[in-house]
Amino acid sequence: MQPKLTLGPIAYHWAASRKVDFYAQIADEAPIDTVYLGETICSKRAPFVERDLPKIIDRLEAAGKQVVLCSLAEIMLPRERKATADLAELEDIEIEINNAAGLYARGRRSHRIGPFFSAYNEATIQWMESQGATHICLPVELPAPALKIASKAALAESMGVEVMVFGRASLAVSARCYHARAYGRTKDNCRFVCEEHDDGMPLATRDGKPILRINGIQTQSESYLNLLAETENLSGFGVTHFRLMPQAVDMTAVATVFQNKIDGVLDLEEADNRLAQICLGCNFSNGFFHGTAGYRKIQKLAEGV
Amino acid sequence: MGSMKNIGELVCPAGTPAALRTAVDAGADAVYCGFRNATNARNFPGLNFSPDELKAAVFYAHEKGAKVLLALNTYPAAGGVDLWRDAAALGANAGVDALIVADIGVAHYIAEKHPDIRLHLSVQAAASSAEAIRYYCEHFGVKRVVLPRILTIPEIRTIRKEIPCEIETFIFGNHGLMVEGRCTLTNYLTGQSTNMDGVCSPASQVTYQQEKDGRMSSCLGGFTIDWFEPNEKAGYPTICKGRYTAPHRPEGYYAFEEPIGLNLSNLLGDLMEVGVHAFKIEGRQRSKSYVRSVVETFRQAVDDIRAGVPPDLEKLSVLTEGQKQTQGAFQTKKWR
Repeated sequence: MQPKLTLGPIAYHWAASRKVDFYAQIADEAPIDTVYLGETICSKRAPFVERDLPKIIDRLEAAGKQVVLCSLAEIMLPRERKATADLAELEDIEIEINNAAGLYARGRRSHRIGPFFSAYNEATIQWMESQGATHICLPVELPAPALKIASKAALAESMGVEVMVFGRASLAVSARCYHARAYGRTKDNCRFVCEEHDDGMPLATRDGKPILRINGIQTQSESYLNLLAETENLSGFGVTHFRLMPQAVDMTAVATVFQNKIDGVLDLEEADNRLAQICLGCNFSNGFFHGTAGYRKIQKLAEGV
Repeated sequence: MGSMKNIGELVCPAGTPAALRTAVDAGADAVYCGFRNATNARNFPGLNFSPDELKAAVFYAHEKGAKVLLALNTYPAAGGVDLWRDAAALGANAGVDALIVADIGVAHYIAEKHPDIRLHLSVQAAASSAEAIRYYCEHFGVKRVVLPRILTIPEIRTIRKEIPCEIETFIFGNHGLMVEGRCTLTNYLTGQSTNMDGVCSPASQVTYQQEKDGRMSSCLGGFTIDWFEPNEKAGYPTICKGRYTAPHRPEGYYAFEEPIGLNLSNLLGDLMEVGVHAFKIEGRQRSKSYVRSVVETFRQAVDDIRAGVPPDLEKLSVLTEGQKQTQGAFQTKKWR
C-alpha cells in the first residue's frame, strides 16, 4: 500500500494565531492524512497551545484529517506529570506517547509511540505492541538496514510504521533551556524568548560553519532531513507513513512535492529541485539513513540494503 | 546515624581490570564496568572487559566484599539485539551482581531469561519522574534507578517517596548536559551513535589544528567545536561543551555548558538524608591514579558522615574537569 503523509507536531513556539492559520491551510490544501498536535518540547508553552486546540481539531477533522495528540518529550515537573496523566485519560482521540511516564499512565489502552521514545529494535517494538501500541514513529537516527527490520517487526504486529522524511531532526533534549541561556536567562524567567526564532536559533562554529539549531530545551539539526530520494525504499521496507516536520516554510507546498514524488507525478530530480526552491537557503541531509554522519547528503543508497 | 548504613553505597568506575582492582582496594562498595563492544555507553578504545576478564574481576571483587554491576546500557538497533542478549548471559555466567539496562527490549528479555539477576535502570533510560520509574519497576522488576542529573534534592526526596526501588545518583565526574538516551549529537557530526554504539565525541574523529594566528582549533568530525588563544588550554571537543556563535552572540559562547565537572561532595550529607541508596562516580575512561584518589576520598567522606564527622573534600576539587566544578541541577532550579 502506498505510504501516507503525516504532519508532526510543531516544535517551535509559534504565536497562537499563526498556528490557527497554519492548520487551517493544512486542512484546506495539504495532501496530508494525519496531523499530530500538541506541545512536545516545553510545558511552559503548553497553555498557549491548549486554548485553540479544540478549534484546530474540529477544523482538521472536518477536512477529513486524522488527528493525534502528542505528549511532552520530557516529563519531570508536577505540571508535566499532570498534563501527561490528563492526556492518557483521553478516550475519543488518538494519542502519541513520547515518555515512559505516559506509557505508565496509559496502561494497555491503545496509543502510538512517538519518535522521542527510544524504540530502536524489534524486541522493544514487540513489547510495545503487547502493551497496546498500535503505531510507532521510529527514531530518526536509525540507518536503513535497521529501519527495514524494525518496520517488518511492526508490520508483523499489524502496527502502523512511521519514519520522518522532512525537517530538522531532533538531536537532543535537556532539562536546561538553551534559548533562555543564550539570553542570560534561566528556564523559569525565560520570558518566552524562543518565540523569536520560528525555525530555531542558529548556532554556527566559531569559524562560521552553521552546525545546530536551538529550540528551547531541544537541540536540532542545522540541515533539513530530506528523504525524497528514499521514498520507494522506505515503502519497500513496509513503512506506512512518512512524517513531515513543520518548518517555517510553505508546508503545503512541501507536502505536495512529497505526495507528487510518491505518486510518480514528479521524478526525483524535479521533486528535489522544487523542494530546494521551497526551502531557499536550507541545507538538506540524509546521513542517518545511510549510516553515516547525519548532516551529510549522500547521493545513492548503499549497496545491499 | 546507624540508619544510614544501607545508604550511600559507593559505585565506582572500572574502565579496565586494573582500574577495577584499584577501585575495590580503595574502598568501593560496588564497581561498574562493560564489555569491549557496543553493549555499553563507554565503548571507547582501550577500555572495558573480555568475558574472561569479567569473570576474574567478579572473583576479585567478591573476595573483597565488593559488588560488580555490568552496564548493558545502550540501545540495540533492530537486527542487533543478540549481542545484548549474549552479553547478559555472559554477565550472568560471570556472576555479576546486577545488570544496568536502558532498552526496554533488553530489560524485558533479562527479566524473562535471567529473573534472578538484579536489574538496575541506567541513566540512559532517562526516567525522570516517579511514573516513568514505576513503569520499569512494575514491568521488569527493576530494583534500582540511576537518576538523570537534572533533579534538585527536594525533587529527589519527593521521587524517593513515590517509587518502590532504590535510587542511585551521580556525585562526581562528567557533567552530562543532555537527557541521556535521547542524544544524537555525536551521530549527527560523526556517524557514530551514542545510543546504538556507545560512543560520545569519539577520539578517532578528533583533530587539533594550529591556525596561522596562533589559535588552536579543537575539531570533531571536521567541525570546529571550539578554538583557544595561545594562553588558553585547548579542551577536548565534546559537542555540548563547545563554544558557538548565535546571531546575537557573534563572539562565541558556551551554548550548552562550560567544560566543567560535577562535584556534589558538599551535598553528600543532604543526599544521604533524603535516602539516596547509592552514589555513582563517573569516569570509566579515567586513569588508575584518578580512580584511587577519588574513591579513597569519597570512601572517607561517606564513612565520616555516617559517623557524624564533617567530611574533608578539599582534594577532590583539583581532580574535576578543567579544575572547574558545579553542583549542576542538584542545588538549584536556576541551573535549568
